[in-house]
Amino acid sequence: MTTQEWQIVWFTAWVSALSTLVILPPGLAVAWLLARRDWPGKSIVETLVALPLVMPPVATGLILLKILGRRGVVGGFFHDRLHMDIIFTWRAVLVALGVMSFPLLVRSTQWAFEQVNPRFEQIARTLGASDGRVFFTITLPLALRGIIGGVLLAFARALGEFGATIMVAGYIPGKTATLSLSIYQSVQLGEDTTAYRLLGVSVALAFGAVWGSGWFMRRQRS
Amino acid sequence: MSLLLQNISLPLADFTLEIDALLQRQITGIFGPSGAGKTSLLDLIAGLRRPASARIVLNDRVLTDSAVGVVMPPRRREIGYVPQDLALFPHLSVRQNLLYGHRNDRQTRPMFCFEHVTEVLQIQALLARDTGDLSGGEKQRVALARALLASPQLLLLDEPLASLDADLKSKIIPYLCRVRDEFQLPMLYVTHDEQEVLALCEEVLEIRMGRMIGRRRLNSRNA
Repeated sequence: MTTQEWQIVWFTAWVSALSTLVILPPGLAVAWLLARRDWPGKSIVETLVALPLVMPPVATGLILLKILGRRGVVGGFFHDRLHMDIIFTWRAVLVALGVMSFPLLVRSTQWAFEQVNPRFEQIARTLGASDGRVFFTITLPLALRGIIGGVLLAFARALGEFGATIMVAGYIPGKTATLSLSIYQSVQLGEDTTAYRLLGVSVALAFGAVWGSGWFMRRQRS
Repeated sequence: MSLLLQNISLPLADFTLEIDALLQRQITGIFGPSGAGKTSLLDLIAGLRRPASARIVLNDRVLTDSAVGVVMPPRRREIGYVPQDLALFPHLSVRQNLLYGHRNDRQTRPMFCFEHVTEVLQIQALLARDTGDLSGGEKQRVALARALLASPQLLLLDEPLASLDADLKSKIIPYLCRVRDEFQLPMLYVTHDEQEVLALCEEVLEIRMGRMIGRRRLNSRNA
């Protein structure tokens, strides 16, 4: 592995981890609301959250491009007010990975919350606990293994993201080049050896994350 | 104790629970077959279910009055609840379970202090254990102690002995009698076992298909 290849691995790993970390609080909130509350529009939100799972990733990328570009609602705000571009920077990679792995995180953690017997939460309330205390002392610890499994799954999804990322971040070596973009680029340039080395790292990382996710999920179920 | 259950109406899967009663005995048994609506009634009193209509008043405190939109949240009701499955928190030790809702009322209600409750129920030796390591009878006593340590004004017991064999039942009933006599705490005791009613209760309401079909006073405490 060359220094440049290690840099690609390192960049992919940390931006995937950061995107998972960023989507964790809203992901937990949405998952809990879907698992534990009935509210108007719940099925619409559930469907919207799942959309990136089934839509072509490049289509999601195109939507992000419109929103995050200099003329977009979010991109325009960042450019005009904060003098910061999103498109074709590492920030675009971060957003693309977060958006694409959000549905997996929500689905997994929603399942984890649903595994917690609601009776525990009810009895905690009769013992004087507020909703917040019930969540942090009962629901969250009892769902923790499933949540960790969901986080690992979301991280694995982020590691392999390609379609949305290429749309909003492009392939810029040293700036936005993730493992999957670099594999594609290497194949395009006929650099098969590099492509296979990066492929090996991708498989190892993905295997570890998915295996770990499955291990935690099985522990949650039991 | 005064517990007013007025105009209670709670639609369930096969029938509507409809109860009107004023309960004033220390221990009232709620007696009836499985699926009669007994647990739903306790859930309603604890604030865990929303009724179609209800007025529930405990010792002059309005817990629920659907006519004026009053629904006190469960955490403010000061009602201890021991559900049929006990719901001991599996990730917490016995001590942590007991302290979860413990209100230190040593000055105003000294009988609910930690040492006294654990002594009455003889669970001091279990405090460091995980709840998963407890026997059925030990779990019952820990769940009862946890509810008592929250200093409730009323204790709801949902078939607390249903999962125990006859031998273990006979060992746990004296603990319940001791709690009844030691803490002088009003209780609603749900069961479908006539022997438990006779052993513990001063009055019994019989429920079938969500309706109260009988109410009788029991003359003496037999245990």
